[in-house]
Amino acid sequence: MINILATVLIATGILVLGFGVIGILRLPDFYTRMHAAGKTDSLGAVLVVLGFVLYNGQSLAPADLLVSLKILFIAVYIFIASPTATHAVMQTAIALGVKPWSKKEEKP
Amino acid sequence: MQTVMLAGVVAIVLLIFPTLYRMIAGPSVFDRIIGGNMIGTKATILLLFIGVLFENVSMFVDISLAYALLNFIGTLAAAKYFQHRPSETAGGGAADEEARP
Repeated sequence: MINILATVLIATGILVLGFGVIGILRLPDFYTRMHAAGKTDSLGAVLVVLGFVLYNGQSLAPADLLVSLKILFIAVYIFIASPTATHAVMQTAIALGVKPWSKKEEKP
Repeated sequence: MQTVMLAGVVAIVLLIFPTLYRMIAGPSVFDRIIGGNMIGTKATILLLFIGVLFENVSMFVDISLAYALLNFIGTLAAAKYFQHRPSETAGGGAADEEARP
């Protein structure tokens, strides 16, 4: 039962990561690409890592629970650090004056 | 469960390659930074998969945690560096120049 739940979590996370990769390939501008990269990367990674927490802690042995706690810490850390890194790069781009993409400039 | 883990490893590795393309061909330097950040996140997950496959999670979780920390620090360092040296962002406002089909 827990195996099925963990598998569903991991599959959903990898699907979300795949959406992020599609976004980073297809979107027209640096800022829009950042929009795809920042959110999907944090959510997908956290989903996959939560699946690992469930899979690893199902035996309920104290050593396994400790390892699960460490994996949970990875999830918390990614959830805080990944948006922070995205904001830092975005702030650098704004400070250097990269222009956002707009539809009007596309027309000849 | 081994099958799920193997499929996960293959999926993550297949997802790394398009991100690597964006990192190499990205028009501006910020695309490259964010591509490196995404590859680092995927590598963190990949290390967990490898740990479960080798049945040695307690060792690989430490490596994975250290990789997550280094990835964050590296991205912040690159962002700060280019903020103080705008001249090195080779065609900084490269978002204007890129042509899209």
